[in-house]
Amino acid sequence: MSQPAIDISQTSSSAPQTGVIQVSDLKKSYGDVVALRGVSFEVAAGEVFGLLGPNGAGKTTTIEILEGIRTADSGQARVAGLDPENAGTKLKEKIGAVLQSTALPDKLKVEEALTLFSQFYKKRSRTDPQALLRRFQLDEKKDAFYKDLSGGQKQRLALAMALVNDPEVLFLDEPTAGLDPQVRREMYGIIEELKSEKKTILLTTHYIEEAERLCDRVAIVDAGKIIAMGTPRELKHRSAGTTRIEVRLARALGDAVLKGIDGVLDARDFEGTLVMHSSNAPHTIVSLVKTLEADGNELQALEMFSPSLEDVFIELTGRRLRE
Amino acid sequence: MQTWILTKTRIRLALRNKTFIFFGVAMPLGFLFLFVLIFGHGQTDMIAYILGSVLTITVMGSFWGLSVQLVIFREQGILRRFRLAPVGAGPLLASSILANYVLVLPAVAAEILICRSAFHMQTWGNVPAIFLLVSVGAATFSAFGLIVASVTNSMQETQVINNLIWSAFLFLSGSTVPLAVFPLWIQRVALFSPATYLATGLQSAATKFVTWEELLTDCIALIVGLVLAFEVSRQIFRWEPEAKVGGKRKLWVLAALVPFLIFGAYENRNNDRLDQLHKNFRMLQTQSAGHHTQDSSDTSPDQ
Repeated sequence: MSQPAIDISQTSSSAPQTGVIQVSDLKKSYGDVVALRGVSFEVAAGEVFGLLGPNGAGKTTTIEILEGIRTADSGQARVAGLDPENAGTKLKEKIGAVLQSTALPDKLKVEEALTLFSQFYKKRSRTDPQALLRRFQLDEKKDAFYKDLSGGQKQRLALAMALVNDPEVLFLDEPTAGLDPQVRREMYGIIEELKSEKKTILLTTHYIEEAERLCDRVAIVDAGKIIAMGTPRELKHRSAGTTRIEVRLARALGDAVLKGIDGVLDARDFEGTLVMHSSNAPHTIVSLVKTLEADGNELQALEMFSPSLEDVFIELTGRRLRE
Repeated sequence: MQTWILTKTRIRLALRNKTFIFFGVAMPLGFLFLFVLIFGHGQTDMIAYILGSVLTITVMGSFWGLSVQLVIFREQGILRRFRLAPVGAGPLLASSILANYVLVLPAVAAEILICRSAFHMQTWGNVPAIFLLVSVGAATFSAFGLIVASVTNSMQETQVINNLIWSAFLFLSGSTVPLAVFPLWIQRVALFSPATYLATGLQSAATKFVTWEELLTDCIALIVGLVLAFEVSRQIFRWEPEAKVGGKRKLWVLAALVPFLIFGAYENRNNDRLDQLHKNFRMLQTQSAGHHTQDSSDTSPDQ
């Protein structure tokens, strides 16, 4: 029996007033594999909305249906007032997108790529490629071939290309996946800039930090359905007053032993790391150490975290996001 | 407009690609030198015939290059990026054909000029007819390549299909071995191949054994083939590597072959083309024999 999505935003002031993106009961299967099991959400103008979930959760399928490059089996979707399935070039004039997996011809130069793609759009909506080169710090690389760019430069180019038509709606599918932490932070800066320009952005990610930092609202997606939705603060409020404690031990602890530790609300073993949520972290740690001593066990590592969307995900699914 | 923008980009990319330079320029010229070396024997009349054959191979190369390139673009996710822009399959495919046509012309011109200047070809042939056949042929064979790219699901599959079709085109067209030397049944089968119309047309145009009237069938067959092949490739075009063409949609491919089945049946029935082929071949043999006699007498110790 599927668990209904928890939409915290419906009871809060953060709920969108007018949906630039409207998704209602979207379903999609690939043969026997069900990718979407009835996804519904709305994104307001100027809002950054995130779909957060593990790989295979249905995030990319959702975004590709909205971009008009996949068709849903059932359900409704509207983007900027248009039906993505039938709007064709009208929709493409209004959207910009960074795909999860995409490429350009190896020997296409950076400036040529921007010029080429800007020429596909109506003149009035075109952004000056030179301005985009400067904005994305690609002006020094304008004559470089695509194949010679680093991962971060390729991603910056992808983002610049998504803006050649000054789009009304921007779709970013895992925009920082595979990038090193420094480049990822650079990308965050760029996306935050777009956010300050009040662009409507739908982004997918499996990075907690990215969702918390960039998104006005987040929908947590798992196995083709939204299991929780709201602002990062609202979602984290579910875990308010708890602390996540992650420990590595010489030997695993039995369930009976775990239950005896003070303040533990729940505990799960993820590949040798014991993840506990505690209502009183100091008491839990003291109790844990005492229990380990009595048991002849050894504490190898201990880390404490304040509540994050990861905790919400664990609480709702019993799994970690990166699984 | 979009077609033109894409065409310019495709030409630019091809000129930066060493593979294109090798297969599109160096290899056809290599064929030319090889054929002249093997079959030319210093006979300038034979050079025009060889030129017709090499021009055919150059033009048919469009088929191979375009199918491979489109599959690479699809497998690397390049087509997905274009799909997000307001560009349809039509301009994308048309630009492939146009770019290929523009890129074939310098190689064709080089081959004609080399034959004329380096190999002392005595005739320019029927240059407007050569130009017409090269233009129509390059477009038609490009469109065939686009069909192959659309029906195959991987580069490996594309290479296998390309090799099979390319071999049939090469050996059944008369561009490598004159069709007239094959058994009659092979000649009759060859009349169903689009490559035969291009090869016989270009060989006739290069040797001037042709009138505009005689070229009409070749041109009509190739133009109808082009229109159908382009439409078929547009219908079954795939942007995504994981999208597959279903069995029923693959039947569209047969539509592109319809004009050649009709023309093949027509040519087999009236025998005009085979008669012309044999006549041209005999004429070449006669000229060749004349040269041999001349050569022998020139070098005769009695003189």
